[in-house]
Amino acid sequence: MSLQSKLESGQFAVSCEFGPLKGTDTHEIEENLNILRGKVDAANVTDQQSSVMRLCSLVTAALCVKGGLEPIFQMTCRDRNRIALQSDLLGAWVMGIKNVLALTGDLPALGDHPEAKGVFDLDSVTLLMAIKQLNDGFDLAGNELKGKPAFFPGAVVKVDSNTEAAYELQISKLKKKVAAGAKFIQTQAVYDPNSFEKFMKRVEKFNVPIMAGIIPLKNAGMARYMNANVAGVHVPDELIEKMAAAVKEDREKVGIQIAADLIKAMKPMCQGVHIMAIGWEKKVPAIMAEAGL
Amino acid sequence: MILSEQKPFDEILAFLEKDNSVFVLGCNGCAQSSGSGGPRQVEEMSEKLAAAGKKVTGSKVIDFLCEKALVKSGLKRRVDQLKEADAVLVLTCGIGVQCVAAALNKPVYPGCNTVNLGGSRGEWEGTERCYECGQCLLYHTGGICPLTACTKSLVSGACGGANHGKCEISPDRDCGWELIYNRLKERGLLDRLDDLIKPLDHKKIMPRPEMMATPRYGLENPPQAEKPAEEVKAK
Repeated sequence: MSLQSKLESGQFAVSCEFGPLKGTDTHEIEENLNILRGKVDAANVTDQQSSVMRLCSLVTAALCVKGGLEPIFQMTCRDRNRIALQSDLLGAWVMGIKNVLALTGDLPALGDHPEAKGVFDLDSVTLLMAIKQLNDGFDLAGNELKGKPAFFPGAVVKVDSNTEAAYELQISKLKKKVAAGAKFIQTQAVYDPNSFEKFMKRVEKFNVPIMAGIIPLKNAGMARYMNANVAGVHVPDELIEKMAAAVKEDREKVGIQIAADLIKAMKPMCQGVHIMAIGWEKKVPAIMAEAGL
Repeated sequence: MILSEQKPFDEILAFLEKDNSVFVLGCNGCAQSSGSGGPRQVEEMSEKLAAAGKKVTGSKVIDFLCEKALVKSGLKRRVDQLKEADAVLVLTCGIGVQCVAAALNKPVYPGCNTVNLGGSRGEWEGTERCYECGQCLLYHTGGICPLTACTKSLVSGACGGANHGKCEISPDRDCGWELIYNRLKERGLLDRLDDLIKPLDHKKIMPRPEMMATPRYGLENPPQAEKPAEEVKAK
């Protein structure tokens, strides 16, 4: 069953994600396909995340289609203007890619080509408008298409923020994303089911399926790093202590257990989970099994 | 006001590698107040070039190098010094260098880089910047420009990268959208956050062709005086 039919029929869906590597070696993509095929409903293919140049998400997503794993094609506005974005979208549809995740994208200055020009001709909201327009059979300029796609567009939101303004801006932007055509939402990693519950109450009225973001912890250092450096991620001290207390051989087990517990706690509040394993793609089936998915 | 800063001296010396002699030209306008090409910097540059083994045939500071007529009249008495020089080094903005290059039949080199001011038109204190986008959005954003206040110039709201109200690019920079949110809240205008703004029209952000082609106040192209009525009649 496709991600779209699952979410539209009110069933609980599971997605995960992986990033293509820098270079033409597609070995790891094959490995990920073998691990994840038949296990998750869909997999995000990241678009040169953190502004680090890599093999493109469009071709990797097409390889997923070919390999029997439904991709969620991540598309950022960092590197392409509206002409290239629309053209790649048409190409994606022709290659059998149905799910698109619209993102603004990171600043090039934060990646490995800091001298590059950030394009940002569109942003996450206006890219969603473009997708809707293509689905309706027209391009952004209003020209009619010969053959039109039927994308299932998605977007992202941050659950935790450390200022009132940032929190409210996330909610108002989510409202805009839904108005611009987003049909599913994946969140940034959540580690506190209480704050997730509070967030879900605020956005209930938008009536859009929300998939809670899960990043399994590998060790306490990773948790502390994310708290200090990743906007919108807050790992509570209690979980950091749990990771720190685990002996080396147990760490993996504890990390998987924490992720599974979070999934179990948040499952009744939302319509799916999005597991961002960051190199731990092999562990995704174990996390799902532990969570009873 | 245009802000310029001197190029590294090594880069300037590399320009002059095959030249033995040089004339140094500065500008009493923006370059003087930028501290990159006023009388003091021209003198210092001349000394450094001489110390590096170049013959400085002369120097001059003119106000303003962006006006070709002033460049020509200002250099009238320096023709011999200019003739003697293999090249002219100009300490000013990109406009001044282009005017000098157009006015003199000599190799002309830039001694400065012109700094992008990100929409500012001066060096007064204050954080307000105008992008000159030709489609003013300030109604929607509480009088704070999202194109200049947000590092990514986003029109649809915050990107999510901010941490404790600061932009991901630097802890010294406020998140423009948080500034907008706080302003709108203060004024009771938070519903403006729901306004869907269409993708920007970049045609309007580009300078219009006629702006690129005509120096509005250029002495070299004075506006045509209206012709007397009888002359028009005679035609």
